[in-house]
Amino acid sequence: MTQNPAPREEMPLVLEARGLTRRFGGVLALDHLDFDVARGEIVGLIGPNGSGKTTFFNVITGIYWADAGHVSLDGAEITRATPQAIYHAGVSRTFQRSRLSLPLSIFDNIMIGNHKRLNQGLWFNLVRRQAFKAEFEESFANAQALVEVFDPPLARRMLEPVAGLPMIDRRRIEICRALISRPQLLLMDEPSAGMTHEETSQLMDDILEVRKRLDGLSIVIVEHEMGVIERITNRCVVLNFGRKIAAGTFAEIAADRMVQEAYLGLQ
Amino acid sequence: MAISGNDGGRSLLPGAAAVVLVTVFLIILLRVENQKAIIALLALGIGAVIAANRLGLLKPVAHSFSEREDALGLLAIVATFAVGAVFHEDHFVLLLVCTVVLYTVATLGLSIQFGYAGVLNFAGASFFGIGAYTAAVLSQHTAVPHLLVLLIGGLMAALIGSLLLLPVLRTRGHYAAVVTIAFALLFKTFLEVNDVLGGPQGLQVRGMTILGWSFNDNIEIGGVELSFYLNYFVMSMMIVVLAFVVVRRLERSWIGLNLDALRLDETAAGCFGLNIVRWKITAFLLGNSLIGVAGTLHGMVVGFVQPNNYTFADSLVLVSILLLGGIGNPWGVAVATVIVVIVPEKLQVIQEYRFFLYAALVMMVLLFRPEGLLPRPVRRYFPGWRP
Repeated sequence: MTQNPAPREEMPLVLEARGLTRRFGGVLALDHLDFDVARGEIVGLIGPNGSGKTTFFNVITGIYWADAGHVSLDGAEITRATPQAIYHAGVSRTFQRSRLSLPLSIFDNIMIGNHKRLNQGLWFNLVRRQAFKAEFEESFANAQALVEVFDPPLARRMLEPVAGLPMIDRRRIEICRALISRPQLLLMDEPSAGMTHEETSQLMDDILEVRKRLDGLSIVIVEHEMGVIERITNRCVVLNFGRKIAAGTFAEIAADRMVQEAYLGLQ
Repeated sequence: MAISGNDGGRSLLPGAAAVVLVTVFLIILLRVENQKAIIALLALGIGAVIAANRLGLLKPVAHSFSEREDALGLLAIVATFAVGAVFHEDHFVLLLVCTVVLYTVATLGLSIQFGYAGVLNFAGASFFGIGAYTAAVLSQHTAVPHLLVLLIGGLMAALIGSLLLLPVLRTRGHYAAVVTIAFALLFKTFLEVNDVLGGPQGLQVRGMTILGWSFNDNIEIGGVELSFYLNYFVMSMMIVVLAFVVVRRLERSWIGLNLDALRLDETAAGCFGLNIVRWKITAFLLGNSLIGVAGTLHGMVVGFVQPNNYTFADSLVLVSILLLGGIGNPWGVAVATVIVVIVPEKLQVIQEYRFFLYAALVMMVLLFRPEGLLPRPVRRYFPGWRP
């Protein structure tokens, strides 16, 4: 499909990681990794299983601390920040294994992602119920409008529990949960896992559609399905054993001999 | 929103009928003394519920509770007062009803902790006891107004409970539960060896007095003598209504959502900005203060406190009420408290096997109806609200 050559030289960097290193015992999960994301860019992160893709996400979002190296978001240092602080700074993510709260409704799950825009005061929540109702109704309308972009019928079932929904709808809700707070950077960990080819392709249409409306959103996507990577990314980074072995447009990295050896399994 | 009177009446009716039927059943159960008649009544009650379930009659009841909760809540208050009125001279029954009401408050506190935040507290009876001992000490040695004593009892439970915060926050799941078990055992031992607090014999608690109105005197209105327990009954009802409103509003707010999120997936919740420590502390302290307030008033109602009333076994009874009723559903908690407190009291045959029966009951619930008698429905921030 269309490769959008990214206007990345002119755009400011949203994420800047330098020399990122993370060890698990004797294993180097990340090995002096440099990784940049420019504003509005979609970057594919690929590599064989165990090459450090999810670890990279976990280090960026503060679940793990880096043993060495620096990460900054919009120029501000977030290397040792807590997951809470990193979310507040504007990074959201989806998980490889869908991590929705199944007994809760669609609306509730999306509101979990809206934490920083909701009034969390005890007095506001327990006593000022009229004010709370106003905030609730506004949030409901926002969440419904976001789901509507993905799937209008789903937007009419906002108060139903997530437990009964098929995988594609769960993925959609996970992405809505990550987007509702209008982050600068969205990290998507294998959005196609557990879905059919058609469903994945449909989900990618939705993501491109949402991105048009969220000005300047940058996305890093981990994905095994090369069709997806080819179609939606501006640029790709290939990891192997925690090291960056190649970077460039999909066409460039697909032609790279090292990538073919490590990932595509060519001799 | 515009619910037409007709439609509103239709959705109200099943719930209202259920409340009235349960109230009538309870009044008869509390009135009957003959053991065989009680067994027959209980069998009838269980049979009726199973039959109603088979016939699909419970669905409309649940529906009407979810749509018209405020109206049905008022009706339930009226119904409970009707029970109080019927037994206005009966000390024993009124004491029993007060105990049910205050245990409901305590289990509502537990349900904030376990039902929402997922912090399992096996020291519920200890915090109940802290409230009662606070009542004993303050009423004997100070002139603190008794309404204030209720508040202080709640605060004391929260304060002493905060000793457990560090271990509870550092451990997860079952390990945190073990910490609370240790606390429950230590608490009872501490009371027994502590002479200042009366040792194993315990302490007397003075009755409640508010603005010169002594709660321990029988009431006389126009020649009709009313049991003094009616004073405590009214007070307990005010507290349970307040506790119910707090728990309901908490669940139907962003805070309730936060607690659910951290219970279901702490890591994911943390990735969306949730301060896990803050909300666990909030839930734990809030729950303990509710338990403490209930314990304080209960101490005044029964008039004495002793270590044997606040054992680990009593904490287990509170937890079993929660499991039986439906974790996180305040209506379920109320129904389960009625069953767990009243049935052994009326059915003397099983008094001695009380704890054995609780254990059997909990196992049966976990096996056959893990979500409890009245499972918690999906959150509705405003009942009846539609987008």
